[in-house]
Amino acid sequence: MTEVHIRSIAKSFGPVPVLHDITTQFAPGSFTSLLGPSGSGKTTLLRIVAGFVTPDRGAVTIGTRDVTAVPVWGRNIGMMFQSYALFPHMSVARNIAFGLERRGIRGAEARALVDQALEMVRLTGFGARSPKELSGGQQQRVALARALVIKPSVLLLDEPLSALDRRLRQDMQVELLRIQRETGLTTIFVTHDQEEALTLSDRIAILDRGRIVQSGKPAEIYERPQTRFAAEFLGDSNFLTGTVEQGGVRLADGTLVQSAHPLPAPGAKATLAIRPEKLQVSTTAPNRLTARIVTVIYAGPVLSYLLETLDGTRLKLFQANRDGTILAQGATITLGWSPEHAIPVAE
Amino acid sequence: MRLGHIFLGAVLVFLYTPILVLMAMGFNASPLYQLPFQFSTRWYGDLMGNEGLLTAGFNSIVLGVITALVATTLGTLAALALNRHSFRGRSLLQLLLLPPIAIPWLITGTAMLIFFFWTGIGRGMHALVIGHVALAVPYVVLVVGTGLKTIRTDLEEAAMSLGSTPVHAFFAVTLPLLFPSILGAALFAFAVSLDQFVVSYFLSSPGYVTLPVQIYSAIRKGFTPEINAISTLLLLGSMSVILIFARFARPQSPGASK
Repeated sequence: MTEVHIRSIAKSFGPVPVLHDITTQFAPGSFTSLLGPSGSGKTTLLRIVAGFVTPDRGAVTIGTRDVTAVPVWGRNIGMMFQSYALFPHMSVARNIAFGLERRGIRGAEARALVDQALEMVRLTGFGARSPKELSGGQQQRVALARALVIKPSVLLLDEPLSALDRRLRQDMQVELLRIQRETGLTTIFVTHDQEEALTLSDRIAILDRGRIVQSGKPAEIYERPQTRFAAEFLGDSNFLTGTVEQGGVRLADGTLVQSAHPLPAPGAKATLAIRPEKLQVSTTAPNRLTARIVTVIYAGPVLSYLLETLDGTRLKLFQANRDGTILAQGATITLGWSPEHAIPVAE
Repeated sequence: MRLGHIFLGAVLVFLYTPILVLMAMGFNASPLYQLPFQFSTRWYGDLMGNEGLLTAGFNSIVLGVITALVATTLGTLAALALNRHSFRGRSLLQLLLLPPIAIPWLITGTAMLIFFFWTGIGRGMHALVIGHVALAVPYVVLVVGTGLKTIRTDLEEAAMSLGSTPVHAFFAVTLPLLFPSILGAALFAFAVSLDQFVVSYFLSSPGYVTLPVQIYSAIRKGFTPEINAISTLLLLGSMSVILIFARFARPQSPGASK
């Protein structure tokens, strides 16, 4: 179990700044997702921890060792790539033994460790196959075994599941989590898939334009996003903007929306984020808005409605499909929500 | 579809008939290529006694092998630099590699001759080696560069994450995957050298002549079926090399994933 520290890391590629002054730490045995859109710098941050990219400023510490000046091959990391990156000219067993050989482990000892690693990823007996003979999911598990067999200090995952189809991806998520718990490896996982980040991580760090805009437990970020970006990128959100007065936010149409959370000073502009599943059809809730249903999206267990208020604000409503009733398109309904669920966010 | 077959058939006929005729005439007894065909190995016997042609053939093969070795080494290194590293002037260099392929041999040959005299390099085997290597390198860079593009850089990164230095990662991962391309490039370089007439004609010295140059001067004195005989031997040799290559070095799909 090793801790990873990042201190004041900055990196530019030519004139383009990619990371600005990032400081964060990854607790021993934790599973952290770096979540952000492409261009947010999440992959660059991972590659700085791996040692593929040298930061312009700042320091990386793995355990007690400052590795900022240590090249990749001296860092003892386990890495999984988006494309699996298995060596096509080597058998599965030789792929897994590659890192062991570099550490001077050969022969019977290496074979035993390879078998153990194959067993861990449930591919016992696949050692003699060529990577080409395996399915995408199997190849990914070989890549995981190859990364784990060297007993790395940290496990770095660069969108390793994004090439798999949905079913396989869910299976691999479960598998990955099981193995991560078993090995207790500090894991950093880069993804742009918010669902994956929510289900896998102990901690999520949301990146936007080279900065960590918010980090915390998945539920913390989901329930209390601090910025519009975080609210939008992790899950879906409705936004209402207005001016703070009388302990609420006055919208353009005159409605006063109550929030149970601290608001900016009276007179200031404020944005409230409300999750679509926290809205209900209600005429008695403390906060209410009237809106017309523009589009109905039937997605099986969940019904999504796209709505529009009188002044043209677009809203989303998610409802669990409890009894099969579907609200009609074109109907005008009253949406209600609790002040607890109106979260003030920075723009 | 049918038209395509006819077209393909016509191409093959025009390509192979002259070659087959040339081979057959090497086994015809008549020195004046007269028919009817009378089988004889006389010209092969004569060839064994023809010092000039044999020496020239030997020279051509040695020159081809040296050209292949040197051009493949240089070209592979150049392809690695152009595809795997970024440096100032890279795109200009890459661009400059292509025109020599399109410049007529005659112009290249004249230019080389003038340049070699001007610098004191002169003519002879060393000049031929330099000239042929220069002609073959662009092909090697193209062939190896194309091969390199199919090998993902994350394979080397994966090796490094497992503890390989960049040099070890290259020898353990990239080089084995690149080997079919390198072999293909070497054959290409050999063929460029073996085929070369114009530049060889300018750069060969009286004491060191390649086969095409020797054949050319022999033809000027008069055509004999010995030339058919040595051409046949050469053809069979190069064709079997190509066939062996096609059979055993079929490039696998590097990159592992589908």
